[in-house]
Amino acid sequence: MKTREFATVIHQKEIATGINSLLLYAEKIAKEAVPGQFVSIYCKDGSRILPRPISICESEKKVGLLRLVYRTAGKGTEELSRLSSGDQAELVGPLGNGFPLIDKKAFLIGGGIGIPPMVQLLKELKGEVQIIAGYKDELFLTEELNRRGKLYIATEDGSAGTKGNVLDAIRENDLTAEVIYACGPKPMLKAIQAYAQENNIECYISLEERMACGIGACLSCVCETKETDAHTRVNKKRICKDGPVFLSTEVEL
Amino acid sequence: MNTKVTLAGVELKNPVMTASGTFGSGAEYSEFYDLGALGAVVTKGVANTPWPGNPTPRIAETASGMLNAIGLQNPGMDVLIERDLPFLKKFDTKIVVNVCGKTTEDYCQVVERLSAEPVDFLEINVSCPNVKEGGIAFGQNPKALEAITREVKKYAKQPVIMKLSPNVTDISEMARAAECAGADIISLINTITGMKIDIHKRTFALANKTGGMSGPAVKPVAVRMVYQAAHAVKIPVIGMGGICTGEDAMEFILAGATAVSVGTANFRNPYAAKEVAEGIEDYMKKYQVEDIRSLIGAVE
Repeated sequence: MKTREFATVIHQKEIATGINSLLLYAEKIAKEAVPGQFVSIYCKDGSRILPRPISICESEKKVGLLRLVYRTAGKGTEELSRLSSGDQAELVGPLGNGFPLIDKKAFLIGGGIGIPPMVQLLKELKGEVQIIAGYKDELFLTEELNRRGKLYIATEDGSAGTKGNVLDAIRENDLTAEVIYACGPKPMLKAIQAYAQENNIECYISLEERMACGIGACLSCVCETKETDAHTRVNKKRICKDGPVFLSTEVEL
Repeated sequence: MNTKVTLAGVELKNPVMTASGTFGSGAEYSEFYDLGALGAVVTKGVANTPWPGNPTPRIAETASGMLNAIGLQNPGMDVLIERDLPFLKKFDTKIVVNVCGKTTEDYCQVVERLSAEPVDFLEINVSCPNVKEGGIAFGQNPKALEAITREVKKYAKQPVIMKLSPNVTDISEMARAAECAGADIISLINTITGMKIDIHKRTFALANKTGGMSGPAVKPVAVRMVYQAAHAVKIPVIGMGGICTGEDAMEFILAGATAVSVGTANFRNPYAAKEVAEGIEDYMKKYQVEDIRSLIGAVE
């Protein structure tokens, strides 16, 4: 049985402009979560009826802690950003399928608000890891991403690391990998999908789309697939239930 | 205390159903609670062949509501029969299959195919605002509604629920058209056509431009229409539109609905439909109501 969990806020902090880190005590969800999964977080304001799907940045099974790092993008996330120590938050999760843990020489690629899930993934992968984080300008989570392996940074304005995008950083540093994990904006994922195909690298990408139920019932958040899907019987998969992580060769972006 | 209600001779353990399209075929919600808590599960609309639906974004949140334009994506009737019906049969609840189509023949083909299946009711979706053909094309004109109801009834072995659109001038006229053509039950409201514009991107929030509005914001419109429809016909009415709690459900029952459906609230709270059923019992206890049937249409 899936359950809803009323989590307690441990603390919340703005770690970059408009980027918040929310630490929760959510025992059941933290226990089950794997890297790349997400939670649905519900608003208290009754006029906002849809859950906000937010990726899990870190989870500590033993102590029941769950860390969410998200961008305040609208009124719902703005409401979440006002949660403080001791407040309750209503969650359902963990939802979706995470990244498969493959212990080969890996790229962990995060772009903008796609960076957070790479933190837990980094903790759980055992092989050689190279983290490539792409930012517009302001950096965040770099300390967490620097715990193991080597961190490469790309910024659009060139204020840190490579000037350009994550693929520019990969090329500039002559990096190679046997497996790719990526989460970020669609144009970035599209470029990585093409890069993986050209270089024949196994690649997993995490997608996002406007969601309603978050559990696979409403068919709001579908993506296009190359083959006919066994569940939907059309060339579409449900991002919330069949994803959000997909093998890059199975989806059309 | 009796919570049972009867629709076209079929008894439901309580008046709570799920609104088509918000509950899949029940599998996802069965991971949260036993579907036997509900009077009936209504499946997402199913056609004779798989439908791909509309491009994304398919939904947008609005104040106390949402817009959707899924476009009736569905895996087709064969999958429903092979996978979803056997699954639903495992639960102690009634099964309503929502049927969609592009032509009268499409609807009839699904209805005929389901005739020997373990289905308790057929709900005919003639009110989806998000597809160009079929759907609402049949539901906005009383003559067209009458014609499709008559055709479907020729092939149906189970009681037929005609699901009505609120996007009409006179709901009473539509309710009477369905009744006169032989519908056993009517259900309403489907979603109200709406639009949202993303002022930052200067584009439509939905790829389909327009979508169907649902959620708590539409409830007063739905209660009014259920009241009008219930007074226009003798056949039972299933009321829906923004129901989130047992109290919301009671408004519809008092307005004349024999049963109610919980839709968009399932997104806000996966336990919503079950909690509505519990909430109706709480209301009955609070006001010492012996039989829920005594309150159907009690507000004249």
